[in-house]
Amino acid sequence: MNTADQYLKAIYLAQRIEEGPASTGTLADLLEVSPASVNEMIGKLEDRGLVEHEKYKGASLTNEGLERAHDALQTYCIIERFLTNVLEVEEFREEARTLESVIDDTVADRLDTIIDRPEECPDCFDPEADCCERLEAETRAN
Amino acid sequence: MSLGQRVSSDHQLARLLQIGVVLEEVVESRAAHHLESLPPDERAAVDEAVRELLVEATEESADHRERLEALIDDLDAETVAYEEINALVDAQYGPPEDTDGVLYDQLANEETAYKFYDDLIEAVEASDAEYAIDRDRLLETLYEIREEEKEGVEDVTEIMEYRV
Repeated sequence: MNTADQYLKAIYLAQRIEEGPASTGTLADLLEVSPASVNEMIGKLEDRGLVEHEKYKGASLTNEGLERAHDALQTYCIIERFLTNVLEVEEFREEARTLESVIDDTVADRLDTIIDRPEECPDCFDPEADCCERLEAETRAN
Repeated sequence: MSLGQRVSSDHQLARLLQIGVVLEEVVESRAAHHLESLPPDERAAVDEAVRELLVEATEESADHRERLEALIDDLDAETVAYEEINALVDAQYGPPEDTDGVLYDQLANEETAYKFYDDLIEAVEASDAEYAIDRDRLLETLYEIREEEKEGVEDVTEIMEYRV
């Protein structure tokens, strides 16, 4: 997943957490980068028509940005579920975060052929828990 | 979240190599499933070139898997057994409608594998981390496998063009 897609995913999750535009501070925390880096990237994404930015309020995804963020989050969900269900990784959240930049969506699509993912994915992703609600329930049950 | 595309530890490297093994196992298993899933009349219609392609794909994947497993062994990590992945493929498998569907799936397999190794090589090259295995040996293995995946893409494309 490239950097732009990771940002779009973070904006999507921040918008859900904040129930409104994503603030620079929340994005910097989620992405573990500086606020200056966030602002620079937001500007680039705005130029590409993927994000709208309102001063003092924050960033919101356009329809095109939302579509890409959805795909990126789905890729992330596949990685988390694959790590848990196939490789039986307990620290799957941490590992998914370190792997997502190296795993392309086409690769995730192939991994998806051997996991059982809910149809409503990625809507069941819980931004606070940083994983799919269902996956969290499954791992707690085991 | 890590924005940099680099492999910075043995643990991360082992994990990525494990994913490579699983991808190879998926290719191997899907190719075997494709051959078995075709109804007898269709099976007879699958021309020799496609059959040969699927057999070669399974053999090549098994070979790649072994080479990756050797690296993973030296990183003191384990791999998921083929039988386990085969069972997972089996549980989710929906056979392609016809031979063209089989070829498209095979193309997706080869292209995905190529992309995976290409990204992995880039991420290893971008890192100055010292791994428990020799970096040159690691990269050499990955270059070779990537090259074979590229040839695999070309082989499938050639057959697809020939069939048009």
